[in-house]
Formats: sequence, structure tokens, C-alpha cells
Amino acid sequence: MLCTPILSTTHTHIFSLSQIRVKPDHSGVVTDGVKHSMNPFCEIAVEEAVKLKEKKLIKEVVAVSCGPTQVQETIRTALAMGADRGIHVEVSGKDYETLGPLQVSKIMAALAKKEEAQLVILGKQAIDDDCNQTGQMTAALLDWPQGTFASEVAIEGDKMKVVREIDGGLETIQISMPAVITADLRLNTPRYATLPNIMKAKKKKIANVKPADLGVDLTSRIQILSVNDPPQRQAGVKVETVDDLVAKLKETGRI
Amino acid sequence: MALTFLRQSGRLCPIISKCSPVLQFSILKRSYAVKSRTLEQVVSAFRSVVGDDGVSLGQTVREQHGKDESVHKCQPPDVVVFPRSVEEVSALAKICHHHRLPIIPFGTGTGLEGGVGAVKGGVCFSLRMMDQVLDLHPEDFDVTVEPGVTRKGLNSYLRNTGLWFPVDPGADASLCGMAATSASGTNAVRYGTMRENVLNLEVVLADGTIIHTAGKGRRARKTSAGYNLTNLFVGSEGTLGVLTKATLRLYGLPEGVASAVCSFPSVQAAVDTTVQVLQAGVPIARIEFLDDVMIDACNRFNSLAYPVAPTLFLEFHGSSRSLDEQVSVTEEIAKDSGGSDFSWADDEAKRARLWKARHDAWYAALALRPGCKAYATDVCVPLSRMPEVVVETKEDLIRNGLTGPIAGHVGDGNFHCLMVMDPNDPDEVLRVHQFTERLARRALAVDGTCTGEHGVGLGKRSLLREEVGPLALEVMQGLKATLDPKNLMNPGKVL
Repeated sequence: MLCTPILSTTHTHIFSLSQIRVKPDHSGVVTDGVKHSMNPFCEIAVEEAVKLKEKKLIKEVVAVSCGPTQVQETIRTALAMGADRGIHVEVSGKDYETLGPLQVSKIMAALAKKEEAQLVILGKQAIDDDCNQTGQMTAALLDWPQGTFASEVAIEGDKMKVVREIDGGLETIQISMPAVITADLRLNTPRYATLPNIMKAKKKKIANVKPADLGVDLTSRIQILSVNDPPQRQAGVKVETVDDLVAKLKETGRI
Repeated sequence: MALTFLRQSGRLCPIISKCSPVLQFSILKRSYAVKSRTLEQVVSAFRSVVGDDGVSLGQTVREQHGKDESVHKCQPPDVVVFPRSVEEVSALAKICHHHRLPIIPFGTGTGLEGGVGAVKGGVCFSLRMMDQVLDLHPEDFDVTVEPGVTRKGLNSYLRNTGLWFPVDPGADASLCGMAATSASGTNAVRYGTMRENVLNLEVVLADGTIIHTAGKGRRARKTSAGYNLTNLFVGSEGTLGVLTKATLRLYGLPEGVASAVCSFPSVQAAVDTTVQVLQAGVPIARIEFLDDVMIDACNRFNSLAYPVAPTLFLEFHGSSRSLDEQVSVTEEIAKDSGGSDFSWADDEAKRARLWKARHDAWYAALALRPGCKAYATDVCVPLSRMPEVVVETKEDLIRNGLTGPIAGHVGDGNFHCLMVMDPNDPDEVLRVHQFTERLARRALAVDGTCTGEHGVGLGKRSLLREEVGPLALEVMQGLKATLDPKNLMNPGKVL
């Protein structure tokens, strides 16, 4: 069955983790001058969609990202990997700082309806905030089935078989389409974009959309109170014998 | 620690305990080598440059920095320092220069010739904190990296640009370390070695002077300006200076990749095919040779069913039309040379299955004799002489009862015997060592080199003399004396 999926490449992640610093006013982390790139799980999601298209199981891949102008670079990367067209949902300034899974899910749900998508594939979580909520919320808003933490996806007629990575091992479920899938690490290995594909991607279209056009209210219901560094790691203490170890543990009230 | 020792010695030697503490300290310290007093002074000087965290005297850290992936035993330095910038490297080098301490640069410790062993003790400069990718110019196909950036790290950084750095020595090595050892790899037949792909280097010399071998920031794709200092430092293995930046040549990622495997009735047939493929102008990306012993080991290790015979593993890069053409030309040549069971694939999963034997060769070799270690020899000879050298080498292995499956980058005439040996059996270790020398001399006798890509390091210095001859060696020694008159840069290596 041919269908039009929409992908989410929401929220690029901060690339070099060693550079992260908390802002002096503890309201967040410093993002100026830090390299941003596509969230790794979103890369896996894009790759899966492109693979499905190459197997001729879906007709068109649309890459979506929400954010300021810079996210267009991320969309271009998805286009270079094989997506057909992009949608840039413009969110900037204060709205972008408070943009969270609920607002993104509302945007994705609205777009899925507008584009008449049959499949929405997202990364399971963003590696900067680790929320792991957008996919699930999007499915709930659309009242669609969801296959989250997917490590294997197969389209069989008008149904999908999804193998999910869960605590106990692997769970295989069958869901009907349209559906929301979130990609986990082992779903695939994303391809590197080649120069000819990057050049072709420059000609592909990226549409501009505002959240208001989709009828989405971006007001956040969450207020960040403070962001702090984790406590500095204390030096360890070496002990000579097991008795010393037990004594030290008692001393510090651990046992 | 010094105070405890003082107190104990005071008990052992009553006279000392009657002296003032300061005098006690200096009396006792004098009985040790001058080095330990020097070490205290320099350690505090180092700390003022890199901070307390940037200096380590811990035994484990020193041991980690005194060995690589070769069979040479660990020779730890006296202290390890972790500079974060070229200015810090320079300041540290000045201190070492003043106190005549050896300087040993350390990248990832993935070398294969013992290049990081601190044979005279000294200071190991671990460059892993300098891990930035600087100055990427995608339209110019160049990038500058610090020594802490590894090959896979750079390629991951580049992944959205459509570019890559193709030199692939197997390990995830530091790029500056690869420059220092003039590394190569499976892709050299198409993309060249480090010698062809380093445009510029920033180097800190033994006295702390910072130079740019092609001029600061310069990255012209070609130049005729002055002596080729860049290539003097490429392959110098840390004996001429510390590499703190490398400007590298990048290439476009291949549009498509196809892989093929083919068996041959003899080594000669496999090499003939290689020569003809190159002559036909096929821009082959990888052409790897595995001998029958290696194929047998791989079959056993992975329960595969390759025919047990000399085998070529081939990889082609290009657009899908180009791949079709390259593969069909190569298949025809292979069949004409007596090749059989030619199979190929362009699907990633199938390609991985075809090449599995080559990818697991090292482990398959080790699995032949569990509990043993493996040492890879490394010689490179003109292609036309490769069959005779390989055949003689195999006879040598059998005659001396050694386990040495062969894998090679046959497109360059470079091959490795993976010597599997028991490191606790001194007789076997000696026989392997002697075999390696015979192999190197066999290569030299056919106009080849004693090291195709691993470097000279600790073990091949006398072979280097045989290879280049005493006059050229004198020139090399002259250069070393000019750049490092106190012989502080990685002493005991190369020359």
C-alpha cells in the first residue's frame, strides 16, 4: 500500500557534549555558538522512511522540523538522505526556548491531518532533553495506534508489524495504519549523505508554515525553575584491607 | 611519602635523624638518580602550565601511556601531561628542553611498532584533550584537525557534508598519529596514504618552537614553495616534533559501493588479476588478498564456506552505472586469470556478508590458537615480485612451524603475516622475530620496503639502515640533529 508518511526531525541536538555550560542565571544551558545537528534518533527515523520508499512501500517522504531558521539545514540533511520535500514550522525566540513535546505533538498532529499522512515516524527521544514524549502524545492527539522504540518495522498490507525494544526483551505488535512509529537505536544505520545527493537536495522544496496557521497554541504549561550542573565528582578513597573498607562504610553511614 | 621514608630511615640510620629535616631530605634524595629531584621540579612547573588535572604520576596512567598495540613490552614514561592547546604544548616542551627530558607524543596508542614506549623514561604528552575539528572548508575539500580527533570521529563530524577522509588503517587512530606514522590502509590503492593527504602541519619542536610546515593556515591543493617540510614530518613517528594540527585532504563520499569476492588457483593468478585490473583503469577502491591459510581460519571462525584458496576481496566506488561497468570488467579479467566463484553485491547487508572473512581476519587468526597473541608483519614490494615473495614466505612459515596467515593490500603490493604466537614461549617469540627479519630482508632484496604502513618504531631500525643505505641514513641523522640536537623527541625510535 502506498502512503505518505511524515517524519519529524524535531529539535536538533547539541553536538559537542563537552562544551555544554549552564547559563549564569541557571535558566538553561548556553546555546549560542554551539554546533547543532540532527538528533541521532531522528536520523534513524529519516533513514527508515527513505528505506520504505526505496522498497516502494510508501510514496513520499516529508521531513518536518520546528524551530528558527537554522533548522532548515537539518531539513536539507534529511532531503539529502532521500526525503522528497520539507516543511519548516517557524518557531523562534521565547517560543522556541519553551517549545516542548506537547506543542510539537500538536503541530505534528495538525500536519499529519493536513498532509493526509499514513505514517508518522519520529526519533524515540531527543538527546538533549531525553523527554521521550512527542511520539506518544502525537498518537494520542490523532487517536492513532503507536509502535514506539521500534527496532524493526514491516508493512504488511494495511497493517504494520513492529518489533519493540522493551525492558524484558523484544515485543512484536501488529498495528493498523495510519500509525505513529518512534525509532530506536537498532532500527537501522543511517546513511551518510553523498555530495550528488546534497546538491539535488538544494533543489527540493521546503515549505514555511507558522504554528498559528495550523491552529496550534504554543504557550507552555511548564516553567523551568532552574538548571544546575551535576555535583562535582569527589575523589575516591583507597583503603588497604577489607576491614578498613567496612569501617569506612560504617563511618559514612552507608551501612 | 618522602616523610614516611625519612622517618623510617631515621630509625635505620641514627646519624641522619640528628640532622635538620631539610638536610635529611637532601642527603636521602642524593642517593637516588638526579632524575627524581628533577622530576619534582618539573612536575610543579608542568602543573603551572596545565593545572593539577593535567599532570599524572599515577602508575596505571603511566602504563597506559607506555604501550600500544604491538608486542613490544610496556615502557611507561615518568609522567604523563595532558595539554589542551598548542601554547601549552610549547610551554611544556620548553620545560622538558631545559631539563633535558625526553618527550613522547601520544595519540590513541593504536600503533603497531612500539612507537610510544618511553625507552629512556621522560614525559609523555598525551594529546587527547586537543580534540577539536577546526576550519572545515567543504568546497575546498580540506579540514584542519587537532591530534585528539580520530579518523572515525572526523568522518562522523563530516557526515552531513557528503565528504569523508578515506585513509583507513583499521583502528580508530588519531589523525595526527596517522600522519606521524605515515599510515595507510585498505583504501590506499585509490585514495593514497597519509603522505598524499596531509596539506599542512602545525608542529611543536623539541625546544618549544611552533612552526607551520606549509605556512600558517595555508591549504593550497598543490604547491611548489620551498622544501617539503610537511612530508618530512609525515612518518617521523614523533622523533622530530609534536604534531598539534593537521590539514587534511577530503574526498566526496562514494555514491554507491559494490563488493566482490573471487577465488584463484594460485597467488600468481590473484596478483595477475590485480595488475590487469589496475592496467584496465578500473578505479578500484579496495583490493585485498587473503591466502588459503587465512581463508581456512575464517571459514572455521565464522562457519563460512569460502573455497580454501588464495582469494581476492574487492570493493568498487562510484555511481550505479559506473559500478556495473567496473564489476563486469573486473569479473572478465578474473575469469581469464583462472578465477572462480566470482560473486558480487551492492546491497549493504549482502556486501557485509561477502566481506565478513576479510573483516574478521584478525580474530579468525587469533582463534587458530586461543590464548596466543598476534603480531602483524608489514612489508611492501613491487607488485610483480609479490607472488614469489608470498610463496617463499609461506614456505618459510611451514619450514619453521609458525602460524602466519597472510592478508594483504595487494593493490599496493603490501601484505601482512598475522603471526599468532605464545608470548610466554621465548623460543617461539625468537623464531617469529627471526622470521620477521628474514621477511623484511626478502622484501628489501626485491626492491621493496621493510615497512609498508606500520612504521619503523622500535624494532626495525637496523632494517631501515639496510633499506635506505648508510648515506641516506646520514642525511636523516643530520636532519634529526638539526631539529632535535638534544635527542629529546621520542628517543630510541626510527634512527
